[in-house]
Amino acid sequence: MTIFDLETVKQDYFSLFGLPRRQELDSVRLEELYRDIQAKVHPDRHAHLSDSEKRMAMQWATHVNEAYLTLKDPLRRARYLLQLAGHDIGLESNTAMPAGFLIAQMELRETVAEAKDAGDVDALDALHHRLRQEIGGEYASLRDALDTGDFARAGALVRQLMFQEKLFQEIDEALSVLEA
Amino acid sequence: MALLQLSEPGQSAAPHEHRLAVGIDLGTTNSLVATVRSGMAVVLNDELGRPLLPSVVRYGAGGRVEVGHDAQAHQSADPRNTIVSVKRFMGRGLKDIAHIESMPYDFVEAAGMIKLKTAQGIKSPVEVSADILKALCERAEASLGGQLTGAVITVPAYFDDAQRQATKDAARLAGLNVLRLLNEPTAAAIAYGLDNASEGIYAVYDLGGGTFDISILKLAKGVFQVLSTGGDSALGGDDFDHRIFCWVIERAKLSPLSHEDARLLQMRAREAKEFLTLNGEAPITAKLSTGEFVDLRLTSETFTEITRTLVQKTLGPTRKALRDAGLRPEDVKGVVMVGGATRMPQIQNAVENFFGQEPLNNLDPDKVVALGAATQANLLAGNRAAGDDWLLLDVIPLSLGIETMGGLVEKIIPRNSTIPVARAQEFTTFKDGQTAMALHVAQGERELVSDCRSLARFELRGIPPMVAGAARIRVTFQVDADGLLSVTAREQTTGHEAHIEVKPSYGLSDDEIAAMLKDGYTHASEDAFRRALREAQVEAQRLVEAVQSALKEDAHLLSTLERTHIDGCLTKLQTVLLGDDRRAIDAAMDALSKGTAEFAARRMNQSVQRALAGKKVDDVTL
Repeated sequence: MTIFDLETVKQDYFSLFGLPRRQELDSVRLEELYRDIQAKVHPDRHAHLSDSEKRMAMQWATHVNEAYLTLKDPLRRARYLLQLAGHDIGLESNTAMPAGFLIAQMELRETVAEAKDAGDVDALDALHHRLRQEIGGEYASLRDALDTGDFARAGALVRQLMFQEKLFQEIDEALSVLEA
Repeated sequence: MALLQLSEPGQSAAPHEHRLAVGIDLGTTNSLVATVRSGMAVVLNDELGRPLLPSVVRYGAGGRVEVGHDAQAHQSADPRNTIVSVKRFMGRGLKDIAHIESMPYDFVEAAGMIKLKTAQGIKSPVEVSADILKALCERAEASLGGQLTGAVITVPAYFDDAQRQATKDAARLAGLNVLRLLNEPTAAAIAYGLDNASEGIYAVYDLGGGTFDISILKLAKGVFQVLSTGGDSALGGDDFDHRIFCWVIERAKLSPLSHEDARLLQMRAREAKEFLTLNGEAPITAKLSTGEFVDLRLTSETFTEITRTLVQKTLGPTRKALRDAGLRPEDVKGVVMVGGATRMPQIQNAVENFFGQEPLNNLDPDKVVALGAATQANLLAGNRAAGDDWLLLDVIPLSLGIETMGGLVEKIIPRNSTIPVARAQEFTTFKDGQTAMALHVAQGERELVSDCRSLARFELRGIPPMVAGAARIRVTFQVDADGLLSVTAREQTTGHEAHIEVKPSYGLSDDEIAAMLKDGYTHASEDAFRRALREAQVEAQRLVEAVQSALKEDAHLLSTLERTHIDGCLTKLQTVLLGDDRRAIDAAMDALSKGTAEFAARRMNQSVQRALAGKKVDDVTL
C-alpha cells in the first residue's frame, strides 16, 4: 500500500486525487475518485461514532468537496494551476482586453438586456445554451496554454472567460427574476 | 481478546446489536414514522392501523394536549386552540405568512419567529412541532418495544437555515437524538433508487401540503448526488384548498365568516380537491352557523382554471433547478412524484408536459419520504448490512452571504454547493482606529440584504486600532451535513476570534429550550430528573460503543501508553454510567472524548489513505 503524505494531500488538490497537475483532466476518473474518497470520509459514514470522529469527518468531507469543486470546473482549475505556479493573473491591475472581444461582449449584453426587457424567457434560455457551446473552444485554448507552460496567455484567457462566465450569471439572474 | 472483557455483562456492547432508528416525515398536513424491519422499510401504523398522523395539535382548556386524529376532530369547533399546518410557521415571522387574515389564531409577534396564544399559554411553532414528534416517537417506541437510538427527520429541500434550525430544535425538545436532517426529495430518491437500482439523472417533484421542492439528482454507482435544488417553501396543497375556499365564498356570496365557519369551509375545500382526483365534479355543501347554506358543484375544469397560476409557480423553480444543473428537460431519465398534492391531475399533466414523459408514481406519494428517511436512519445508526454502501451528497438550497456597504450582500457560499462546505472571506475596517465590526449574515439570492432572509447579527470586538483597511478579518462559514450554518470570525493579525452558532437571532436559544423542557416537567420534577439522567446514560452508552468499536478496528494505531489511557477513561465511564450521578457521567464522557480525539484523527487519516490507495485495500479491511 502506498502511504500518502497527508500534509501534501491537504495542501494540493491534485495530489489528494492522485491526478497529474495539468489542465487536461480525466473528469470521469476525477468523479470516481471523489465518490470513493467521500464514501470513506463523509459524515454519514461516521454518524454513529463519537463527536470527535464526527467533527473530523465534517472537516475532511468539506476539504474533499472543495478540492473536487476546484478541479471539476475548468475555470477554477485553471486559476488554481496558475496559483500553484505562482503566476499572478492580475485581476485587479490588468484589465486590458482585446477590442474585438469587448465589442462582442457588449453586443451580447445588449441582446440579454433586450430579451430581459421583453420578458422573453425562451430567448434567454436559448442564448444561455448557445453561449455555453461557443466558449468550449476557448477552454480548449486555455488547456493548451496551461499544459505547455504559457502562463501569460493562460492568464489572459482566464480573464476573458471570467468575463463570459459573469454574463452567464447575469442571464441566470434575469431568468430567475422573469420566472418568479 | 482483552478488549471484549471491558464491557460489563448486560451492557449492550454486542457488535451486531440492532439499534432502533426511525425516519420521520414531519409534514405540513400529515406526519409519518417509519423504520427498517428485517431489511425492509415499513411505515409504523397507530393502534388503529392508520399510517398517517394528521399534523394537528390541540391545546384544550383542560390542559390536555391532543395530537393527530383526535385534534383534527375538533378543528372546526375549537379553531383557535387547534393548530394545523404549523410547519408553515417554522422559523417564520408574521410578515412571511400568507393568508394570515383567514387564520383563526391569536398570533404573538416574537423576535424572529411568531408564536401562538392558546388555552395553554403561548406556544412557539417549535413546541407544537415537538408535540407532533413526541406522538410519533411514542408510537415508534411502543411498536418497536424499546428506546430509539436516533431519528432522521426530513425537511423540505428549500427550507432555509432558520426553518432547519427550528426543526432541529423541535426534535431536541421532543427528546429525539437527530441523526440527520434529510431533504425530503433526497429521501424519496433513496426509496426509489434503491428499489430500482437505477442510474442516470432523475428529477424529484415534491408538492406537499405547504411546501414545494424540485431536486435534480444524479444516481451513479450507489451515490445519490444532488446537482441542484429549487422550490418554494410556502406553496403546497393548502394553497389549492385556499383557491377553492375563495371560489366558494365568491360563488355563494357569503358574508364575513366566523373562524369556525372558515375552518369548516376549508375542510370542505380540501375534501372537494381530493374528490376531484378521481371524479370530474365535486359537490361542496355546508351549513354555516349563520344559517346560510352552501350548495355548489366544482368541476375539474373550473378547479384547473382557478389553480393555473399555482401550477405555473412550480415550473419556474423547476426550470431554474435544471439550468443550475446545466441540463435540459430531455436529459432527465425519470421524474419521481412525491407528496399527496401530486395526485391532482392538473399537476400530473403539467409535469408530463414539461418533461415530455409520464412521471413515476409507483410508490405511495404520502409514504415515500418516510420510507427513504427510515432507510437512511438505519444506515446512520450503524445497522449497516452487506450491500448497504450507498452515499448521499446533498446541497444547500440558498446562497449564504454577508452584508457589505450600501446594504448589499456579498455571497460567500453559493446555492447548490455540496455539503458539508466551508468558505472564508476577508473583510477590513472602514475607519481609522475602528475596534469593532458588526457582521450581518443573510441567506437568499437577491442583491439587497433587505430582500434576503436575515439569519444573524453579531459583533467582533477587540480589533486592535489600526488605520482604515489595515485589519484583516477572516469570516468563515461552515455548513454541516444537516445544512446548518455556523460562522467564525478571526482578526488575522492578532488572532482575536468570535464564534457563533447562527441561531440566537431567530430560533430558540439553548436557555429557552432548557426552560421549555423544564416547564414540561414542573408537575413532575422527579420525572425531569430521571429523564435527564436516562438521556445522559443513553448518550454515554453510545460513546462507549463507538469507542469500543473503534478500538476493535484500529487498536494498532495506538501506542501502549495511549491505549492504557483510553482504556482507563472507558472503564471510568462504564462505572459511572450505572450510577445516578449525571455530572460524573458528563465528566467521564468529556474525558473519554478528549482522550480519543487524536485516535479519531488517526483513524480518519487512515480512511483517507485507504481510499487513495484504491480498492485493493478495501478488500483487505472488509
